[in-house]
Amino acid sequence: MRGTHLRRPLRRRRGAAVLAAATGLAVLTGCGAADMTRQASPYAAAEGAKTVTLSVQSWVGAQANTAVASYLLEHELGYRVDTVQVDEVPAWDALSQGRVDAILEDWGHPEQEKRYVEGKKTITRGGDLGVTGHIGWFVPTYFAEAHPDVTDWKNLDKYADQLRTPESRGKGQLMDGSPSYITNDKALVKNLGLDYEVVFAGSEAAQITQIKQFAKERKPFLTYWYEPQWLFERVPMTEVKLPEYTEGCADDPEKVACAYPHTPLQKYLNTRFAQSGGEAADFLKKFRWTKAQQNEVSLMIAEEKLSPQQAAKKWVERNENVWKPWLT
Amino acid sequence: MTATPTPTHAQAGSRAAVPAQARQSSGRPAAPAPSRTAPAAQDRPRRGLRGPAAGRAFLLPMGVALVLLIPLAAAFPGAGSWPAALAVDLSGPLGRAGDWIIDHRDSHPLFLYFFGHVSNAVVVAVRAVYVLLLAAGWTGVTALAALVAWRLAGIRLALTCAAAFAACGLLGMWVPTMQTLALMAVAVAASVVLGALLGLAAGLSPRADRLLRPVLDTMQILPAFAYLLPMVLVFGIGVPAAVLATVVYAAPPMARLTALGLREADAGVMEASASLGATGRQRLLTARLPLARRQLLLGVNQAIMTGLSMAVIASVIGAGGLGDRVYQALASVDVGAALAAGIPIVLLAVVLDRTADAAGRRLGAEPVPLGEQHLLRRVFAGWYGRLLTVLTAVAVAVAGRMAGTSVWPESWTVSLADPVNSAVAWMTDHLYSGVPVVGGTADWAARFTGWILDPLRSGLQAAPWWLLLLLACALALLAGTWRTALTAVLALAAVGVLGVWEASLDTLSQVLAAVAVTLVLGFAIAVGAARSARAERLLRPVLDVCQTLPQFVYLIPVVALFGVGRAPAAAAAIVYALPAVVRITVQGLREVDPAVVESARSLGATRAQLLRQVQLPLARPALLLAVNQAVVLVLAVVIIGGLVGGGALGYDVVLGLAQGDLATGLVAGAAIVCLGLLLDRVTQPAKEA
Repeated sequence: MRGTHLRRPLRRRRGAAVLAAATGLAVLTGCGAADMTRQASPYAAAEGAKTVTLSVQSWVGAQANTAVASYLLEHELGYRVDTVQVDEVPAWDALSQGRVDAILEDWGHPEQEKRYVEGKKTITRGGDLGVTGHIGWFVPTYFAEAHPDVTDWKNLDKYADQLRTPESRGKGQLMDGSPSYITNDKALVKNLGLDYEVVFAGSEAAQITQIKQFAKERKPFLTYWYEPQWLFERVPMTEVKLPEYTEGCADDPEKVACAYPHTPLQKYLNTRFAQSGGEAADFLKKFRWTKAQQNEVSLMIAEEKLSPQQAAKKWVERNENVWKPWLT
Repeated sequence: MTATPTPTHAQAGSRAAVPAQARQSSGRPAAPAPSRTAPAAQDRPRRGLRGPAAGRAFLLPMGVALVLLIPLAAAFPGAGSWPAALAVDLSGPLGRAGDWIIDHRDSHPLFLYFFGHVSNAVVVAVRAVYVLLLAAGWTGVTALAALVAWRLAGIRLALTCAAAFAACGLLGMWVPTMQTLALMAVAVAASVVLGALLGLAAGLSPRADRLLRPVLDTMQILPAFAYLLPMVLVFGIGVPAAVLATVVYAAPPMARLTALGLREADAGVMEASASLGATGRQRLLTARLPLARRQLLLGVNQAIMTGLSMAVIASVIGAGGLGDRVYQALASVDVGAALAAGIPIVLLAVVLDRTADAAGRRLGAEPVPLGEQHLLRRVFAGWYGRLLTVLTAVAVAVAGRMAGTSVWPESWTVSLADPVNSAVAWMTDHLYSGVPVVGGTADWAARFTGWILDPLRSGLQAAPWWLLLLLACALALLAGTWRTALTAVLALAAVGVLGVWEASLDTLSQVLAAVAVTLVLGFAIAVGAARSARAERLLRPVLDVCQTLPQFVYLIPVVALFGVGRAPAAAAAIVYALPAVVRITVQGLREVDPAVVESARSLGATRAQLLRQVQLPLARPALLLAVNQAVVLVLAVVIIGGLVGGGALGYDVVLGLAQGDLATGLVAGAAIVCLGLLLDRVTQPAKEA
């Protein structure tokens, strides 16, 4: 074998090698072009079941949606559900590529909507989640009760001294959370001329831990926060009034000087999944619940430390009348 | 030899004891250290002697210049930040590059015919391993692991192995553990192949070596978070991007050790084989590679360890497995659940490392005569022994399946979450504030921030940029040669050019403060541990856990203790960097010539004198290496600091990934690389320049 190789002219040998390599690659990967819009997880459907992949974002509300949807998909419709934890913007990207089939709670990403829903049409709207989200600045209620005027942004500067921390460079501290969240806070502080420094906690976990720590000592604090959120049940917080939100007032990120809007949270599905996802896709389109229902599940996960599956199971057992219509 | 997941490898240690330790002890990025510890110490010993002398000659004028310049700097206030004219804004081109990828990913031939196939091949490979592991069931996997460990290292490791896998099951983490294992198997295999190829090139051609060295350095210092985003853009979230990101990080140690092994091949043997008329390829295959096999194996071991350290980080882009569990637990602020997923990672690291270590030692050891071996060992020896091992494992797997327990039974799990969470709650309730005399951890954090971090940061940010460049140059000359000084200055200047001067100095101040604390604590602990073998034994598992436990697990406890800000970021960095410093220092102190110590003692030196005047000076190389490692490791945790309020570059990198902002993430990542180069050059021991 080796001898024949050596006797062959060099060019033929190299040609043969290239051909062999090409054939090998083609056989290995199943000829032709690879479809980057159809990418599955290697862990999916290991037991040969129909699989749905849902994305989960880092906040507990998103976990609650996914937990209940997964539970019903698995126990009522016989699917296997894979969940992938990923930040919002990468999640959109994953949705367009078919790595995940659905996002259940989106807080509004106009740029991504334009690109994927209207432009490439790889993502389809899945309707309202039923929950309305709102971002704002919050102080703990015990502080707001002691100083009622703190709940207007115009009076915030009076309290800057009390809200100082080692990180706030001598000003008051406005605590922001995860870098993946939508925020205009730096511009707001500047444009409203407030004596505050935005301190980024860097992750929601860090922010919650810090809020709980402040609350335990009944210390005042000012934080970026959002509803619906289970933490309100543990640490009651009161919103600080910012200049009213008007259509388009937040369009220029440099000049923004108004509150955050109230956003009906949206579901989005991968287009191919939406069209041929069968019962699972229909179910996810119909999935719609209220803020209170979501919080009920969130609290079980975050405070009672139930696993998302256990929390979903409990809720599903108690609320048959809510979820039955989603399945028809 | 050792009961740690980061052993010292006597065989490598005999030649370059301390550097080998350094390579080992840095579970995550052994970053630049390997590049010039072992290899440089060996292949270029002479240059170092010339270097510092040349450096010292520059030092006097440099010092004079500094003395003259500092008043000048004071006379020009406001010269603090980097001049805007000298900065380049990369956000435009990088943003366009990101958009181009997204718009062409589904149609461009580059993706359809290349990246797409790479991505599919990774998925197919991971899936194959995963399905195999699931098919083997927990009985089969545990049996195979234990049998392999037993063949390589004996009954103790076999039991450890079985216990470790059982623990993964007990914690309710069997399936995620298998997912991580499958991903690791593919990533490590790819790293080993790629690393070996690169190492082959670098080992055989000095030119390739020179070209590859900076590439390998960058691959290791660039924070993984920074290249996760390009990976995600090209491959999409999920396993392919995670595997390839892991390969980027885990291949360099393999490449370095392969090159080292090839270059070190005994000249006499090579001469002999050449004189026997062997061709280049024959020499490579029959002499050089076999001679380098210990380094190759050490490289495999390193690829495994560095690969595992990426398991959690890769979960940020949807890799699944244990990392994903850790990450999801963070969302509900559940330390117990995070720990339950973090422990299997530690256990996998311990087991894999020790098995690879045992395999390495077997290569060096004389085979025990067959007659003296235990009967069972004789049965399992040789190639039929290997076959028998596999057959036994298959038999156990089949038995397990027939008994209907292929998935770990759910009733056999223990919940760690409650006790851990109550422990954390107790800790934060009682230590956060109001502790008599010493004050609570919150007070410490405030003091550390106010007294150390703030002055350092404002000092650095207020200093004129050219003064800092000069300072970097002077420090690098003090430690190395004009070449290292040039690198240091260029690295610092690059930070300014990239337009992240202020943020970089903020990060630099945090790194310096954390390194200082790490060194003080590390040296103190090491002096204690070097004196008492018992203390060292007790310390060892603690150090192991600190080194291999994913940092995500202790994010919440550090915030709960120190509040949001730069102080918890420093705490996380110290926890991570301390073990390497302690280990290197202990080893350095231990290796001080016992005869010298004995003679000093006989001359009546007290213990303190002995330490100060004999042991510490003699252990100087090890201490310098410890400093270098502390810098490198602290820098590796800057990103984690970004997640707890450290701000600056760490936050920018995380922001880049979270918002899909290629420019912010990559620029901040590049700045971290530059800081790494700068700090490495100014702390690197002179003789290794």
